[in-house]
Amino acid sequence: MKHLLSIEDLDREAIERIVSQAERFAEVSDREIKTVPALRGRMVLNLFYEASTRTRSSFELAAKRLSADVVNFAAGGSSVEKGESLKDTVLTLSAHKPDAIVLRTPWAGASELVSRWCSAAIVNAGDGKHEHPTQALLDVYTLRRRLGDFAGASIWIVGDVAHSRVARSNVLAFQRMGARVTLAGPPTLIPRDIQSLGCEVRYDLEELPSADIVYALRMQRERMTETWVPSMREYAGWYQINGRRLRPGQVLMHPGPVNRGVELSGEVVDSPQAVITAQVEAGVVVRMAVLYELLARSRDAAEPAAVRPAGPVGEQAGSEPQDRGGAERAAGASLHEGLPA
Amino acid sequence: MSALEPMVCAPRPPSSVLFADVRVLDPRAGIDERRDVLVRDGEIAELGAPASLEAPHGAETLSGEGRLLVPAFFDPHVHLRTPGQEHKEDLESGTRAAAAGGYAGVIAMPNTDPVLDSAPLLRSLRDAAAREARVAVGFLPAITRGLAGEQLSEMAELRREGALGFTDDGRPVASAGMLRKALQYQRLCGGVIVLHEEDPTLSRGGSMNEGPVSAALGIAGIPTVSESTMVARDAALAGWEEARVHFQHLSCAASVAALAQAKAHGHSVSGEVTPHHLLLTEEDVRGMDTSMKMNPPLAGEADRRALVEGILSGVIDCIATDHAPHARDEKEVPFEQAPMGTTGLETAFAALHTGLVLPGILGLERLIALMGAGAALFGLPEPGIAVGAPADLALIDLGARWVAGEHGWESRSENCCFAGRALCGRVLVTVCRGAVVHRDRVLAPVGA
Repeated sequence: MKHLLSIEDLDREAIERIVSQAERFAEVSDREIKTVPALRGRMVLNLFYEASTRTRSSFELAAKRLSADVVNFAAGGSSVEKGESLKDTVLTLSAHKPDAIVLRTPWAGASELVSRWCSAAIVNAGDGKHEHPTQALLDVYTLRRRLGDFAGASIWIVGDVAHSRVARSNVLAFQRMGARVTLAGPPTLIPRDIQSLGCEVRYDLEELPSADIVYALRMQRERMTETWVPSMREYAGWYQINGRRLRPGQVLMHPGPVNRGVELSGEVVDSPQAVITAQVEAGVVVRMAVLYELLARSRDAAEPAAVRPAGPVGEQAGSEPQDRGGAERAAGASLHEGLPA
Repeated sequence: MSALEPMVCAPRPPSSVLFADVRVLDPRAGIDERRDVLVRDGEIAELGAPASLEAPHGAETLSGEGRLLVPAFFDPHVHLRTPGQEHKEDLESGTRAAAAGGYAGVIAMPNTDPVLDSAPLLRSLRDAAAREARVAVGFLPAITRGLAGEQLSEMAELRREGALGFTDDGRPVASAGMLRKALQYQRLCGGVIVLHEEDPTLSRGGSMNEGPVSAALGIAGIPTVSESTMVARDAALAGWEEARVHFQHLSCAASVAALAQAKAHGHSVSGEVTPHHLLLTEEDVRGMDTSMKMNPPLAGEADRRALVEGILSGVIDCIATDHAPHARDEKEVPFEQAPMGTTGLETAFAALHTGLVLPGILGLERLIALMGAGAALFGLPEPGIAVGAPADLALIDLGARWVAGEHGWESRSENCCFAGRALCGRVLVTVCRGAVVHRDRVLAPVGA
């Protein structure tokens, strides 16, 4: 795998490989020393054209836990504001020879475009309303941890599907994992012909009790002023997931940040059925696994002799011990044996 | 009302050329025979049986070997980008592209910078065309000043200065009341009112057709009813005012139906369709190639088929390219940021020959007729192949295989939706007003 641009590029096997890798990294996260040297000396560039707190910081944390160097480049306050094109910005930043570029833009297809302009591995961290593949992967990871294999499960994605890159990536990812997906929301916010993705569409929540998993989308307040819905009050009345609508046993997910009282009532956010915090936690380990997949695994594949079955970072720990590796061993976690395969 | 010849090009010394043993196909005259054709002094001087004509002294002989000689094409819809956007195209480069596509006449749109909406600007453009244009250019100034949709341009004066008609192309005349005034004023000044149909309240924010592909890509869509409701509205207005209206670049089944209905009611309406809408669909947008971004957007397969039906039935009157050049850096951006438009002059015939004629969907004769039919819609004489007629001709090798763009483009821009496609059929020579204005590289003149 050279880039992560779209869930469309991944089959179930690839998704499971990344999720399993994330599970191995999760064990590292529970230790006192949380870094591994897998990407030591590699550079990860975060290039963000949109405001983002959690996605950017979780990519940054993921890269740092893998011992990569991280450069954050936010479009605000940069040459982008002086009118520099995406292409010129990417070419300029490529001069620093990043190994990976994590890209968030308001434009569909931008990450694929960038992948043609430079040699770095590109991670799509959200391209317009098109896709947000790492969100889908962390959601699969969260569900696997909670439910195990969820093939055959019914997943309802509820809310503003039209403006949601999360919805599009998740429809694809959940279907790859064998789940059945239903999209529900106001008719003004469900794209025409979205059924062509192989999902069902509902305009009310009458059949919501049949769902095993309820995935609420964030409702942005500006959708009201743009008259997509008559009012937040009416939206909440028809589509809010609350204690009355959420059936016991259903798992509740949300990509964050939550509008309490709009798409979710406070009570369900705080209920044990919600895995929203687990999704945030999953963000770091899944993004570690993605960076590892693109930067370390592909290199391993190119040099099969260096691959060690014992653990993904065994090669580096074994071949060239470094100070940091020593620190980890001192903490009682030899990398070589520390990561369960 | 127009006192001036509306079509202008740079004068060139007439060529003397003998097209020896060519297949002469003139759909309007009903000719499809092998002939010798002699061009001299700006006109078709002689027609004869194969091998019957001698090349006069100094004349060039082009051995036809059964290649096709047809009346040159006419494109009622091109963007030559002058004034103000010469980095995309200008009169010289745009008409060079037209000549390479077999066209001897094109009509330029007014969405320039500044907008062509005043007589002095029209005069200066016609002067420039008389210096630079390789094929004849006519102009459609704006219906409303600055394309703002609020106030009529000085249509009567513009007509006197050579305007063929009026259009706000690139934009609709959103207000029915505004359009009605233009249609009423047409009684004074004449000229065709030419309409880009789009309801901005339905299309706003959209970058492609609304349908399964836009849903999958998360790109805001433009519904086909954005166009078809406006065609229906404006056809009704044309009927009410008994005005002459031409609909540009029809893109969907419902628009064809609306045009058919208006014609059935006897309204004075006509319509054009582009090669890309006849050959491509929203599926071609899936890769988010910005050359596939145009307005109106490529629609679904059912719409494409309805457009093909429209040219077969005659509901749609002619083919127009909507040649819309954009610089590489303008198109080399994410899809939603890219400007709309594809170039088309250099590929129109080859693409339609490859995509519709060779599979047996459209007759060659009908295609040739459709490629030239735009002229009559604007009251211009259609090129024909007859002794004494002005020599506007295209020599075509129907069997020539080429990849669009493989040797670059005559246009200043390269944003062609057919770029990289294998095409069959190539324009070898174009003659405009008796002068050879294009010659394919395979026919480099002997001794030149």
